Amino acid sequence: MNQKSRHAWLVFVALGIGLALLPFLVDAGLGRSWVRILDLALLYVMLALGLNIVVGYAGLLDLGYIAFYAVGAYCYALLASPMFGLHLPFWVLLPLGALVAGLFGVLLGTPTLRLRGDYLAIVTLGFGEIIRIFLNNLNAPINITNGPQGVNQIDPISIAGLSLGKTQVLFGVTFSSPHLYYYLFLILTLVVIFVSMRLQDSRIGRAWAAIREDEVAAEAMGINVRNIKLLAFAMGASFGGLAGGLFAGFQGFISPESFNLMESIMILCMIVLGGMGNIPGVILGAVLLTVLPEALRYIGDLQRAWLGHVVIDPSDLRMLLFGFALILMMLFRPAGLLPSRQRKRELSAAGDIAEQEQASVYDARH
Amino acid sequence: MSLLAIQHLSVSYGNIQAVSRADFTVDEGERVCLIGANGAGKTTLLKAIAGMLPVAHGAIHFAGQSITRLASHQIVHLGLALVPEGRGIFSRLSVQENLAMGAYIRRDKAAVQQETNEIYQRFPRLGERRNQPAGQLSGGEQQMLAIGRALLSRPRLLLLDEPSMGLAPLMVKTIFETIADVAERGVSVLLVEQNARLALATCERGLVMERGEIALQGAAATLAQDATIQRAYFGV
Repeated sequence: MNQKSRHAWLVFVALGIGLALLPFLVDAGLGRSWVRILDLALLYVMLALGLNIVVGYAGLLDLGYIAFYAVGAYCYALLASPMFGLHLPFWVLLPLGALVAGLFGVLLGTPTLRLRGDYLAIVTLGFGEIIRIFLNNLNAPINITNGPQGVNQIDPISIAGLSLGKTQVLFGVTFSSPHLYYYLFLILTLVVIFVSMRLQDSRIGRAWAAIREDEVAAEAMGINVRNIKLLAFAMGASFGGLAGGLFAGFQGFISPESFNLMESIMILCMIVLGGMGNIPGVILGAVLLTVLPEALRYIGDLQRAWLGHVVIDPSDLRMLLFGFALILMMLFRPAGLLPSRQRKRELSAAGDIAEQEQASVYDARH
Repeated sequence: MSLLAIQHLSVSYGNIQAVSRADFTVDEGERVCLIGANGAGKTTLLKAIAGMLPVAHGAIHFAGQSITRLASHQIVHLGLALVPEGRGIFSRLSVQENLAMGAYIRRDKAAVQQETNEIYQRFPRLGERRNQPAGQLSGGEQQMLAIGRALLSRPRLLLLDEPSMGLAPLMVKTIFETIADVAERGVSVLLVEQNARLALATCERGLVMERGEIALQGAAATLAQDATIQRAYFGV
């Protein structure tokens, strides 16, 4: 084994051990609530990677992505709660959630096929809201979603009789519920990462890159632009649906409120901040934007300790700092923290010049 | 039998008829050029053949099959490739990636690799810059890339839309040599070109388009001698 591959192995093993021990370290250092935040971060990584397929790979700006998360979550919630008295097992519910969300992806993707850029963004934004409003109002005349009250008492995920909703002792080690969910989410996140990587390097991934660059030229290469776009919507949506199902089981309660426009924008920010189209960047963006707002809560405590009372509400501060961070990013690292190769090119000075040149040639001709 | 047969073809943008009742053929291995003034309908005609615009009336047959209603991605599979006006390269993808997109419909990786290397030999500049974004190439290099990419789909007929547009004279010469060379190897060529003199010198047959109609067609050498054409398009 040569030096380089041995290094790669060491990093790999260290990373594996680190990820396996992480919830225990976090639990001991920061407390149980942070293990939950870790679980949520993993869900957001899955969501961000799903949206990255649509926005990063295929270049289709989707502002209603949270709708697919909602579809997955409601799919799980309605089939595993006292709502209809159904309690389907987890291994049926998760693929089903992904599948149904994928179908919704195609359903919502079809009317938008001719749209691009701003127009696509507006229409997808509308779709996202339509789903949320439907969930909010489908409690009459027949009660399907239980309306704004949401669905509660959702069955926790249980694998082979082992409920992840309760503390379990395995091999003499005590795992609390957030710990158990952490491991499940971690495994599924790794699967999602693997699928994302394979997709990027596949023929489909190349076709997505082509339609992102130039749809007309892509069509001239023999790419069926319509189907390839729908596939991007479906794949992205099914990742969202998967994460949604996990969220429902993990949280035990969902309501339409959890799936508002702000959430869609948050996920989009994760991939923009981290580096659109680049998997490590997207993961970093998702983790940062889940963990940092939580860390900001401590600012409230700090204020109380130093000043005796809370001057600025941490939740106000969150949006302020967030906006500030985005502006700084756009100024100094417009392609994201860990940009993709192509994105870097696109935003590099040389790329700009060539673009301008081409645009001026084009203008001269028309 | 002719490779491409156009019968009474009309194409409209809404109420405006851009091409009306065009009739012509391109034979296997033949080089045909389509010349005419700005707005005569040349590009429209080419786009309609490639399946990028809907046909209002008439029929297009390619290799004995009707392609009148086929989508452009389906037409590529039959062996008809278009090098669009403005080249349509993927400017943020590398030269190599652009060429790979040209071979999108093919599964024979080894042959694609070999043909890609042939393209690098023919255009050494592309080989040198294979890992650079295609947007950083000069106009002429981009045109070469666009032609190379189209050839990688192994077309029987290559449609070229204004390949000389905006290029330096030396580059135009190289491009036209390439076109002649492509035809030499049995690929039919239908060339839309503003530079009528050069187009007629490169091709065997010429079509002259005026206000959406094919006004004249005949052997390129004959057309090149035609006094009206000389006056209208050569600026003599």
